[in-house]
Amino acid sequence: MNALEFLAWVRGPGLDLALAVFALGVVWRLIEIYTLGRKPDLAPPRRVPAASGWHTLWRRMLPPPGMFRRSPVSYVGGYVFHLGLAIVVFFFIPHIQLIKALLGLSWPGLPSPVIDAVTVVTLAAMVVVLIDRVRRPVKRYLSTFEDYFVWVLTFLPVLTGYLAVKHLWLPYTTMLALHILSAELLIALLPFTKLFHAFTAWGSRWFNGEINARRGVPV
Amino acid sequence: MNELQERLAWRGISRRGFLKYCTMLASLMALPPAAGQAMAEALARARRPAVIWLPFQECTGCLESITRSHTPTIEGLIFDALSLDYSETLMAAAGHQAEQALKRAVEDNAGRFILVIDGSVPTGLNGAYSCIAGRSNLDLLREVAPKAAVVIAMGSCAAFGGIPAARPNPTGAVAISEIVRDKPLVNIPGCPPIPVVMTGVIAHYLTFGSLPELDRLRRPRAFYGETIHDRCYRRPFYDRGLFAKSFDDEGARQGWCLFELGCKGPVTYNACAHVKWNDHTSFPIESGHGCIGCSEPGFWDAGGFYRPLSAPAGPLKLAAGAVAAGAAVGVAVAIANRARKGAARAAHVTATVADLEKADGGER
Repeated sequence: MNALEFLAWVRGPGLDLALAVFALGVVWRLIEIYTLGRKPDLAPPRRVPAASGWHTLWRRMLPPPGMFRRSPVSYVGGYVFHLGLAIVVFFFIPHIQLIKALLGLSWPGLPSPVIDAVTVVTLAAMVVVLIDRVRRPVKRYLSTFEDYFVWVLTFLPVLTGYLAVKHLWLPYTTMLALHILSAELLIALLPFTKLFHAFTAWGSRWFNGEINARRGVPV
Repeated sequence: MNELQERLAWRGISRRGFLKYCTMLASLMALPPAAGQAMAEALARARRPAVIWLPFQECTGCLESITRSHTPTIEGLIFDALSLDYSETLMAAAGHQAEQALKRAVEDNAGRFILVIDGSVPTGLNGAYSCIAGRSNLDLLREVAPKAAVVIAMGSCAAFGGIPAARPNPTGAVAISEIVRDKPLVNIPGCPPIPVVMTGVIAHYLTFGSLPELDRLRRPRAFYGETIHDRCYRRPFYDRGLFAKSFDDEGARQGWCLFELGCKGPVTYNACAHVKWNDHTSFPIESGHGCIGCSEPGFWDAGGFYRPLSAPAGPLKLAAGAVAAGAAVGVAVAIANRARKGAARAAHVTATVADLEKADGGER
């Protein structure tokens, strides 16, 4: 298989397969999670539950008092790489072209040099949060294989994308194919790993705020 | 005056013009400036190196590219000045005479001639899909190649199989390098290749006695080291996200990037964007059409000429089924979860205060 055939495979059957696994996993897990339900709460809620849901959604985006000082890397690094990923994934022009081809939606992209800079910052932030995870005893104790695995899954597409654009290490065609392949691995495994928080984070935060308000302890 | 210069002078090319051409060749191949002079001397000194040009499964486009890119080309003239001992298309001889010429050329120049091949080699049915004078290309190649000094696989078909090897490849076409494994071989892919690349390779060989530096795919690195996209004059539009959406819209008229119209420039390693065609006039993107990637291995089956590189290369066949399957699995798991909850509820036994007391009233 030559480089162009490899690229054609990842752009064709590979993409098809990855998107199918992604769609299957997302639909399956969303239905499973949201049909779990809970017992009807017969007591009148003590506060306005929905308002508390929205409040918690917002509050959990900010560090609780004192926490920022104790773990600044988690907050700064976490924010930087999440925002960086969002910018790189959704505002790099070829990515928008792909979304347009798949869904018909499109929006203006950012100039390539801006994306380059954001990519470097994102990669650096990911490395920093990984080092922090390994070096801090508590974080290391809490970390499982899956935490490191999803880090690699997320890191590889960003790294290979940057190497491809900058023509580093391998010929562009091969590197582009590896980039697409790594992104396909990411989306195919997303529904079955912690990465599914991309879909559930908001819902579960709202749920927590809602149930706490019913019990009179909105946080 | 030597033979080559005489011929060039006869065709109206001065020594100065020839020297300029050699300097241009040297600079294109990233050789030091003095190499131009050395090339001119070597080419002038050369005793009409014998060239045998074998056309296999091909369309003659490569030969046309060399001989007719414009008139008169220095490439073409140098080509005239080589001793083209066998080329079915260009030679006057035909039939048995031609075959005799081939036999004699191979024997007289054994171990010294340059073997140029355009076209792929069909291997199906023992090579019967392409025969010359009753002999298969496969057979001929196996006989002639071992006696050559170097082999030049001219054009994408010879270099990588090209269109004959495109799916479903009914004739079992393969590249020359699949058959010729033990000779110095250089691939000059392109459909057709740029004429100056061939003269560059030959000039390098005659000057230094070796092939120029080759890459992984045995292409001269000097010409195939960069992508079309990297050297494209429309690149700034790509970086700014300005794309032509159709071949006649405002963007197309403004000369914006052709990426969305399927340009394969980003994955095509060739010199078109800076060497250009037709006496350095332009190249496909400059005339308004995206690159089709003709010099890359497997370009014909690379997902469609007009489909952007960022778009899926084929239809998504599994997606709808996957959503349905995901919903089915989700509902099945949900029902199973409900059943487990129901079973747990049914199995629940209400505890009374009596149950909590120890039967024997002993230690807690």
